[in-house]
This record gives sequence, structure tokens and C-alpha cells, in this order.
Amino acid sequence: MNTEPVPLPLRAKLATTLLKSAAALSRATGRGDGSVIGGRVGLKVEPQLLALLARGREVALVSGTNGKTTTTRFVAAALGVLGDVATNSFGANMPTGHTTALAQSVGAPYAVLEVDEHYLRGVLPQTTPRVVALLNLSRDQLDRAMEVGMMAEAWRKALDGVHTHIVANCDDPMIVWAASTSREVTWVAAGQRWQEDSFVCPNCGRHLDREGVHWACPGCQLRRPTPTWSLDDTDAVLAPDGNRYEVTLQLPGRVNKANAATALAVAARFGVSPTQALPRIAQVASIAGRYATVVKGDHVIRLLLAKNPAGWLEALDMVEPGCPVLLAINARDPDGLDTSWLYDVDFSPLRGRHVLVSGDRAYDLCVRLDINEVPFEHVPNFGTALARTGNGRLEVIANYTAFQDIRAELDRVN
Amino acid sequence: MSTEAIRIVWVYPDLLSTYGDRGNLLILEQRARRRGLPVEGIGVHYDQPLPDSADIYLLGGGEDRPQVLAAEKLRADGGLHRAVSRGAAIFSVCAGYQLLGTSFYGNGERYQGLGLIDLSSDRGETRAVGELAGDVTPELGLPPLTGFENHGGRTHLGPNVRPLAAVRHGVGNDGTTEGVWSGRMIGTYLHGPALARNPALADLLLSWVVGQQLPPLQDEWPTKLRGERLAALG
Repeated sequence: MNTEPVPLPLRAKLATTLLKSAAALSRATGRGDGSVIGGRVGLKVEPQLLALLARGREVALVSGTNGKTTTTRFVAAALGVLGDVATNSFGANMPTGHTTALAQSVGAPYAVLEVDEHYLRGVLPQTTPRVVALLNLSRDQLDRAMEVGMMAEAWRKALDGVHTHIVANCDDPMIVWAASTSREVTWVAAGQRWQEDSFVCPNCGRHLDREGVHWACPGCQLRRPTPTWSLDDTDAVLAPDGNRYEVTLQLPGRVNKANAATALAVAARFGVSPTQALPRIAQVASIAGRYATVVKGDHVIRLLLAKNPAGWLEALDMVEPGCPVLLAINARDPDGLDTSWLYDVDFSPLRGRHVLVSGDRAYDLCVRLDINEVPFEHVPNFGTALARTGNGRLEVIANYTAFQDIRAELDRVN
Repeated sequence: MSTEAIRIVWVYPDLLSTYGDRGNLLILEQRARRRGLPVEGIGVHYDQPLPDSADIYLLGGGEDRPQVLAAEKLRADGGLHRAVSRGAAIFSVCAGYQLLGTSFYGNGERYQGLGLIDLSSDRGETRAVGELAGDVTPELGLPPLTGFENHGGRTHLGPNVRPLAAVRHGVGNDGTTEGVWSGRMIGTYLHGPALARNPALADLLLSWVVGQQLPPLQDEWPTKLRGERLAALG
């Protein structure tokens, strides 16, 4: 494959330079990784900067409610076989972050970009991707995000008639409907543990029939497409070449095996085989602190990020049996201000463990756990949680800003 | 008190369930059980007939399309109307609240509601999102209302129905009143879920069913949560 970024016009070059300085300044002053501010500066100087930086590159976009940061990292690792890859590995998943990612790797012929669900429509024409991966859609921060059905409809319109290959999850009816206007789709059986947002056909409103993994609408044509990539019961990936590939990951949970299956399907569209991709995917150990294991004094602490009900279901599935667990909840702007979703999560799998609760909105979680009959201990902060759990392992599940707070206490572990 | 189980029906969880609406069912069940009252909660999907013999019916929030579908189904089914005429209690939230009235807006069009309460809903100019606090209509004898609202609709109460509360902070129906109280029916825009933030409201529903006041529960955590949320509004 012969890809090469197209030389930038003068204004775009200037914008790129200013972007990098702004990002570097932001990093140097400890304000974060600088992706957002850098991109903002660059796009101010040259509004077409994202499109100009994307020209001539082979781009993959990854979007969905959950798993997009991990899947993006997996795809970027796999495409590394081919050459340099630009990617927004800090999870800055809006156009400012995309612009920064491309500006920081001007020579990279490949780009893998994680895209916030709301921005997919705008980023598509700017980056003319070769492949778009669509993972899942479920409720997430309804106080400011689009409702699930509206999001699926927006995607459907955005993808209608677009010349790009779609890799999509056939187990999520919302995704299948959103992708069904696309010309070319590779279906991956990536699973759907959370089904509460897809009881009803997004196309015609009838109640979907479900049997095992299969689902179909009794009122219209929408049904589960036959996947060409899937996970079998032992979490190995079945590929369209007829082979079965063992997937060894450092990241926990079946959901990450499913993310790996999606990444393999995307990589295959770029000509990277599972045999080439899997050893690279296996090297991914943690992502901006997510899934990181940290040793602090006598404690071995593992950090799990869960931002919405579907993510919590996955995280509860990952915690080590018997291990104490700290649950931390905030409701600051990036988390969503409404904590009602706590009642969409069944915490009963935590019964029988030492459960600790902290965060700005710990009381919401205390009421929830009390109703759920999960005994718990309320602690004022992370340090107290450590002191209360003695030596050994501690699993931490936290939502976005609570996770960042704890990560800061652990020296911004990556 | 009767030894017969209190029967609670969660109406169409496949259509009317957005953030945490299941919580209201879980809280009613738990608060009954903690007083030794047998309770039986079921979710009835919209392709099933709605039983008319339950004691409490819960209707949750939903997007426009499911709300319209739920209104059509409930009208055609008739079970909820029969239950109300038998004296059953209803606790409804957001989309579920709107569809108890005579009309509501969804997908930019006006739809006929169930007509169980004299109220109608239309669209506000802005979406109401954030914490709400209010003083509950005094005859109900409840402590202040607290919750989280997130809705684009505005609701206008008819002359013979009372609001659930007077708004102290937030928007509610129209910036002045929040929710509705009519006989044994309560409607509210509040999530949180509403009964987690307002356990006294849950007890009111249960007391309507058993016909007497219920003994208080210990309620350490709900009390702390209420205190924190009300204090956060200053």
C-alpha cells in the first residue's frame, strides 16, 4: 500500500506549528496533555486543518458508547505492522484531539482516531476514512447527550451513501440499523451484554424477538446479520479465513476480547492479518490508566473505568473474585450530572466482598447499595480506602472524574 | 394490615425506562419488605396484556417514539383505566407522567394521552436539566421534594388538579409548579430516581395501598443524601 501524507499549504503549516507550541506549553505547565488546547489553536488559524492533515493518509475511525479507547489502541497497535500510525491515544476524541493527533505525527501514513459519538458525522467528511468501526450504542449521560435512538438515527444519516467500509457489531440492533444505509459492511459478533436500550426496533418500533444471540424484528426487515468475525465460547476469534485465533490479552474481560475481534476485522481491511496483529495487540497493557495495575506500599491496586450502565456491567464482570473493591462516583460535568443510572446497574455480584464507597456522590451509591442489599463501608477518600483494606489486592471501579482523581493520587499512572 | 401481597406493576419497561426508572420499583419493594409487608413486583412488557388488579402502577421515562407507542398500547389495552377506576395508585415519571394527561408532544406532533388526569403537555423553549427542589403540596404532609429533572416538555395542570410541589429551584411543570397529585395518582418530572431521593413519597404510595400510616424506617443513607442534595442548592 502506498500512502503518504500530502504536503501542507503554508497556512496549515503555520497552524500546525502553533498547535504544537500550545500543546507543549499546556503540558509543560501541567494542565494536561495539551490535545484539546493545541487543536483549538490550530483550527482557529486554519479551520480546514483536520481535513488538510488527513489528506493522503489511510484513516480508521472508531466510535461507540463503550470500548472505543481500547479498540482504537488495538487497531493502532495492529496497523503498526505497516508503518507509523497517528492516533489520539489520550482519549481526546473530538475534532480538536483528532487535529492534534495528526499534527503531532505529520509523517505517519496511517491514522486511527477514536471519535466521540456526537462528532462522527462531522469527522467523516473531514478525514474520508478507509474504515469506520461502530462498536455499540447505549445510554450514557442523558443529561447532555443525545438519546440512544436519536444517536443511531444521526449516524444512519451520516453514513448514508458514504464511500467507506464499515466494521460493525451485529449484536447491537442500534448499530445494525445505523449501519444499514452503508454500502459495505463487515459484521462482527462483538456481543451485547446490556440490552435495555434495544428492546424495541429502531426502524419500526415493534418489540424485537430475541433467541440466544439472534434477534429479529417481527414488523420489518431488520434482523441480526450473519457475522464474518466472531468470538467463540473460549474467547478465541473465528475469522472469515476459516481459522480460529487464540487471543491473549493483558486487559481483562470478554468485552476486551470482543474489542480485539473488532480491531482484527479493521486491521484486515488494511491488509494486516490476525497472525500479524495479535502479538501487537497482546502488548497493550493499560490505556491512560485504565486497567493499570499499580503497586503502592503493600497494596496491589487495579483501576477499572466505568462510565455508564453497560460499562459497569462489564467492569463488575472483570473484578477478581473475593478481592476488596472500591467504588467511586462523581457527577461533575464530564461524568454527567444525573446519578439515576446507578439503578440500572445490579451490584449484587459484589455481595460477600469488602465493598468501599467514595467520591463526590458517594451517598447516591450508598442508597443504591442499601436497596441492592450489598453491605458496604463509606470512606471519605482513596487514602482511607487503602488504610481500611489492609494489605494485598484492591480493585477500583470509578466513573470518569473519580477515576482521574484516583489516578492523580497514583502519580498519573498510565 | 392485610397479609395479601402488595402488587406493583412496572408498566412497559421495554418502552418507558430511561435513567434508573427501575429504582422506583426496587425502592417500593424494599420499603414494603422492611416493614414485613409481602410484596410482588413485576414488569409487564408492551406486547403483554396489562393486569388491572395490581395495587401500584409505575410508569417511567422514555424517548418520543416509545412514549407514543406506550400511549397507543395503553389506550388499546384499557387495563390501566380499569385499575384506576378500581382505586389503584399510579406513580409516573417524565414521559410516563405526560401520557397520563389529555395530550402531549412527541416527534414534533401532538398526540392524544390517556386522559386519566386533567393536564396537557407541550414543548418548552429550552430543555430543563438539573437539580430540582420544591415544597410538597401541604395536604400531602411530606418533607421537601428533591430530584434531578431532564425534560423538554412543559405541563399545564387543569383547574381541578393539584401540583405535587411548588418549585423552589429548577423548572418542573412550568417554573412554578412541579408534577401532579390527583386522587391516588402522582406524576413528576424527577429522576434520581424520585423515590430514592424522596422515600416519604414511596411510603405515601404504600400507605394508600395498606390504608394506614407505616412505621418509620431507619433511613440513614437516604437522609444523608437528601441533606447533601438540598444543601448543594444553597
